[in-house]
Amino acid sequence: MDDYRISGKKLKDLMEVLSREADLYAPVKKNDVALFKRIDSVSDINLDYRNTDVPSKNIVFPQTETIFSYTLDKDQKIEPPPVYRESIVFGIRPCDAHAMSILDSVFRDDFKDPYFLDKRKKLTLIGLSCDLPGASCFCTSLSGGPGNKTHLDMLFTRTGDDFFVEVVTEKGKAVIEKAKDLFKKATDKLKKQKDGNIKKAEALIKRNIAVDGIKQKLDKLFDSELWKELSQKCMGCSICTYLCPTCHCFDIQDEKTLEKGRRVRVWDSCAFPEYTLHASGHNPRPARMNRLRNRVYHKYSYYPDNFDMIACVGCGRCIEKCPVNIDLLDVLKKVKEAVK
Amino acid sequence: MKKEPAAITQTNPYIPHEVTIENIKKEVPGDRAIKTFRLLFNEDSIQKGFTFKPGQCAMVSLLGTGECMFAISSSPTRPGYIEVSVLRLGKVTARLHEREAGDRLAVRGPYGNGFPVESWEGKNILCIGGGIGQAPLRSLINYVLDNRSKYGRLDVIYGARASSDLCYREELLEMEKQENVGVHLSIDREEDGWDRFVGFVPDNLKRLKPSPENTIAITCGPPIMIKFVIVNLGALGFKDTDIFTTLEMRMKCGIGKCGRCNIGNTYVCIDGPVFSWDQLKDLKGEM
Repeated sequence: MDDYRISGKKLKDLMEVLSREADLYAPVKKNDVALFKRIDSVSDINLDYRNTDVPSKNIVFPQTETIFSYTLDKDQKIEPPPVYRESIVFGIRPCDAHAMSILDSVFRDDFKDPYFLDKRKKLTLIGLSCDLPGASCFCTSLSGGPGNKTHLDMLFTRTGDDFFVEVVTEKGKAVIEKAKDLFKKATDKLKKQKDGNIKKAEALIKRNIAVDGIKQKLDKLFDSELWKELSQKCMGCSICTYLCPTCHCFDIQDEKTLEKGRRVRVWDSCAFPEYTLHASGHNPRPARMNRLRNRVYHKYSYYPDNFDMIACVGCGRCIEKCPVNIDLLDVLKKVKEAVK
Repeated sequence: MKKEPAAITQTNPYIPHEVTIENIKKEVPGDRAIKTFRLLFNEDSIQKGFTFKPGQCAMVSLLGTGECMFAISSSPTRPGYIEVSVLRLGKVTARLHEREAGDRLAVRGPYGNGFPVESWEGKNILCIGGGIGQAPLRSLINYVLDNRSKYGRLDVIYGARASSDLCYREELLEMEKQENVGVHLSIDREEDGWDRFVGFVPDNLKRLKPSPENTIAITCGPPIMIKFVIVNLGALGFKDTDIFTTLEMRMKCGIGKCGRCNIGNTYVCIDGPVFSWDQLKDLKGEM
């Protein structure tokens, strides 16, 4: 599809147009934490981030979400959830868009999850290429890259004072249609400049791992002592899973007042012992080594078994945010060394 | 996201259907009480659409408290209702035990694969249960009794801690009178007036020495019981492909999304809960 250019000064106008017709999500900063929020005022948008601290999965899979509400009288009337509006996310990094595609597999497989799928269907992903990948980034090891547009509807790349705009899907085309006069056709010169910027960003990614064959090695390591050693310093805080763009585990809980209640789903984590604890007291994953092992296996062995893809995009958040410096790449490197 | 006031979809798997408790049977008294709830869907079309196999599960909601997954303990051959047998153990089950006939609950499901009963036709059926583990087996047992000509001999080995902890006691004693049916009860410790086997279920199995010839063995109970039952079945000559069990795991969604019930790459809620020992023995994962 066609390439366009938009002046940096016009970006605000574009955001105004988009937020009029749909719910617009974009990065904001609160107390130094960068995350995606629904935008009420475009002046809240803050594009000064390497990657958002919190991934964009909360747009389609909120941390807390009402799945239905009900009355607690004799009728116990169940109120089904609402229909969601068309929405647009601006500023999503290619890795987080990749993660959305990974989440699609689990939420549409077998039983369809209407909450995720309905929001997902109505969401347009406008990416923003990375110009400053972080020290823990390794997306290029997982078929990603700072300017990868595979999982996006359109991709913006900073080129000087302008943005180079690539349209990937029909949804992306519709964005151009909405604000035709803000976009101009891109020149070859600008495209070259953009390609140069992406190359520079790629060169900043210093960490990598060859992921081929890790699954086969994990298959041989389930009973290894390695997991005990690797989990020694884990505190079970679960930040690695909460901030992982592909982690999708949730709990379902009821909240009520005297007259009414609601059933909510909330993010949960396999790093917590309660996650698998039976009412009888039995726990299939009683120790931290069981739980750390499950996290690594889920991403690099079980997900490949079930959906033919690794459930990791190399965003590096689990490495960056771990309070005791457990490093997924070190874990994977040790896995590779443990099986010759 | 901003919301509009229309319903999301009628086929939402998370929304339970209203049921009314028709009656409650006290199976076991005391600290570890068990009650069987007979539930009727309030909507006729839902009742008719709720078709299930023995071994499948239902998610039962107590709005305001939560929901729990239970094996359906009634047989699909007795339609018009479903039954679940509930051991009082946690928050939801304790509240469920406080309910009375006429109260409303909500149910979604059925979930899981169920027992492959069609492929067992023509064979002898050997059920080996312990404690509340008898619940899914009761569905199977009644299914076999209601399809008597399709199956060979039916044997039920069932044990509990004490005679008062035995679930479905009258039913079991009643079916024992039928031809080609054997019921072999046991309790863990001596008791006045108990003239049947005293000891653990795996030992009763060892003593009874059932023949593996043309026989499918299905076991459900505490993990430690299942473990030794399978060892003893193997020693009796049962093939791994003829031994089945149904597993329990903590579950929230029941539909393969929420993540917690996995054993390795296998999700008990959608890939199970019924597994042959042949499938299970090589599974790398935590149980």
